Formats: sequence, structure tokens, C-alpha cells
Amino acid sequence: MRKPWFFLGFLLAALVIAGAVSYLADSNPDGLDHATMQGCQVVDDQLTGSCIAKNAEDHRLAEGPLADYTVGGSDGSTGLAGVLGVGITLVVAGGLFWVLRKRSVTT
Amino acid sequence: MHMSDGLLNATTSMLFIGVAVVGVAIAAARARGDLDDRTAPMAGLVAAFVFAAQMINFPVLPGVSGHLLGGALAAILVGPWVGALCVSIVLVVQALVFADGGLTALGANVTNMALIGTAAGFLVALALKRVAARGRGGLVAVAFVAALVNTVVASLGFVLEFAIGGDTAFPVSGVAGTVVGVHVLIGVGEGVITALTVGAVAAVRPDLVYLLRGAAKPLELRTGVVA
Repeated sequence: MRKPWFFLGFLLAALVIAGAVSYLADSNPDGLDHATMQGCQVVDDQLTGSCIAKNAEDHRLAEGPLADYTVGGSDGSTGLAGVLGVGITLVVAGGLFWVLRKRSVTT
Repeated sequence: MHMSDGLLNATTSMLFIGVAVVGVAIAAARARGDLDDRTAPMAGLVAAFVFAAQMINFPVLPGVSGHLLGGALAAILVGPWVGALCVSIVLVVQALVFADGGLTALGANVTNMALIGTAAGFLVALALKRVAARGRGGLVAVAFVAALVNTVVASLGFVLEFAIGGDTAFPVSGVAGTVVGVHVLIGVGEGVITALTVGAVAAVRPDLVYLLRGAAKPLELRTGVVA
């Protein structure tokens, strides 16, 4: 019966990373954002200057309940948003893979 | 590495939505053969783990961060077709639920991170399969290299898309140098996370590591009398 323990451990790792370690994440722009922001400065959360990132549009779902990995936009809710994200991903992916799987043939 | 909407023109965005739809459809068709009662739950967990790991931006330069893409990690654990679907699902959830990665840019983001990154990482891992089969040290080293290549190739996808349909006011060569250079550094982080994760799974359940299928020599239980 060690099978369920491995799966539970793997899930727990994902939940701890999304729910707790996520608070330690570096909030600086990632590599792609950094590259597209070359030529601009960030002043009061606004881009000034000339750079590719100036073409970026606001996200069409920026008002969604879990937008930007927060719950309703509240500070400090990243961990909860992350845990919900792990759950949503697990249900969507696990459900899809369960439907796609080869049915075991009983002989 | 999630692109916002507006960085690529509409035609190019549509083109890569088409590429992503075709790629994901092929992956879904081929994934069936790799999914059974045992591997389907594992694949769901791998997707959930990639979602979690993508939340962790780590510093690579002053003022610059990066995060795991997860294509090589998923492909080594659950195979390239299922792995591509895992990363695709993560990107769709991020775009639709967490407002991370634009909606019209979703095709390009899936193409880069779920399709070509995963493909490149898995091909490297496949080419080095004999090293991976030698033992856990070999597997961990292969995971590191595969993940590093996965990140860099995924960033080349962005360069290609920008060359096709980006703002022509900015020369592609300059963008390419910065993007690829930074993603070599991010790739090192991706390599470390992938090596640790694959190593941990292999320590407990080597039978769940796709790359090791058919490579290891499992102990046989010989109950019959040899004539």
C-alpha cells in the first residue's frame, strides 16, 4: 500500500510550494519581461521611455476573482490562490487524463 | 515567460493559436497510449506540481527573475505527449483563471513553453537515455541538461514569433540577445529544479519515471524450475 503515499506526498509538495514557498518568490520581472522592458524605466508602476512592453495590453480577465494570484486582489492571499490553483489544475488535468487513458482490459 | 497580449500582431497571434491547437491535438491523440490507470493520476499530479513550481520566481540577475517552465520535467516523468498536455493545461489555467499570459497570446505561449520547449527537452533526454539508465546520478544529470535546453529553446520560440509579428521598431537581434542570454541563466535554475524533482521521484518510485521505461533491468521473479 505504498502507492497512495507517494501520490499524497507529491500533492503535498505541490501544495506547500504553491501555498507557502510562493511568498518567497522574486517579484522582479522575469527574463522575457526584462527583455521587453529594455529602453523603459518603471516610474510609479508606469513604463516610461521606448520599449516593446509598452505595446502590452491589460489582461482581459484582470478583474477575475483569482487574477494575479490573489483572492479578490487582497494582499497576502497568494498562498490561498496558489493552493486553489493546484486544486484546479489537478482536477482539470487529472480529469482529462483519466478520460483519455486506455481502459484496462479485464480478461 | 508568459507573453501579454499586444506584443505580437493579430495575424501572428492567430497563426500561433493555430500551431498550438494542432500541436495539442496531436499530443492528445498520442498521449492515450501513455496513459493508464497508474500513469493518469501521476500525470494529473505532474501538471499540478508544474503549476505550483511556476509560481516560484527565482532571481537570476539583479532585478531579473525567472521561473520553471516544466516541459522537460513533465516529459521525463510522464512522456513527451502527456508532458506537453500538462504544461498546456497549466498555461490555460493561468491565462483564464489567474490573468497570467494574454488570451490571444495563449497560442504563442503554449507553442513556446508546452510544445517546442518540451519537445527539445525530451529529445535531449532521449538522446542521453543510456546515461540516464546508468543510475540516479546519470538520470539527475540528464534531467539538468534536458531542462536547460528546454528553457533556451522555448525562449527561441519567442524570438521567432517576435521576428514574424513583433513591433518592427525594435530590431530582432537586440531582443534575441537579451532574451536568450537571460534564459540560459533561467535554464540553470530550471535544470536544478528538474534534477531535484526527477531525482526525488526516481528515489521512491523509479517505475513512474517515463524516461526509464524499458531501460532498467527490473528484477525478475523466477518461480519456474529451469529445465
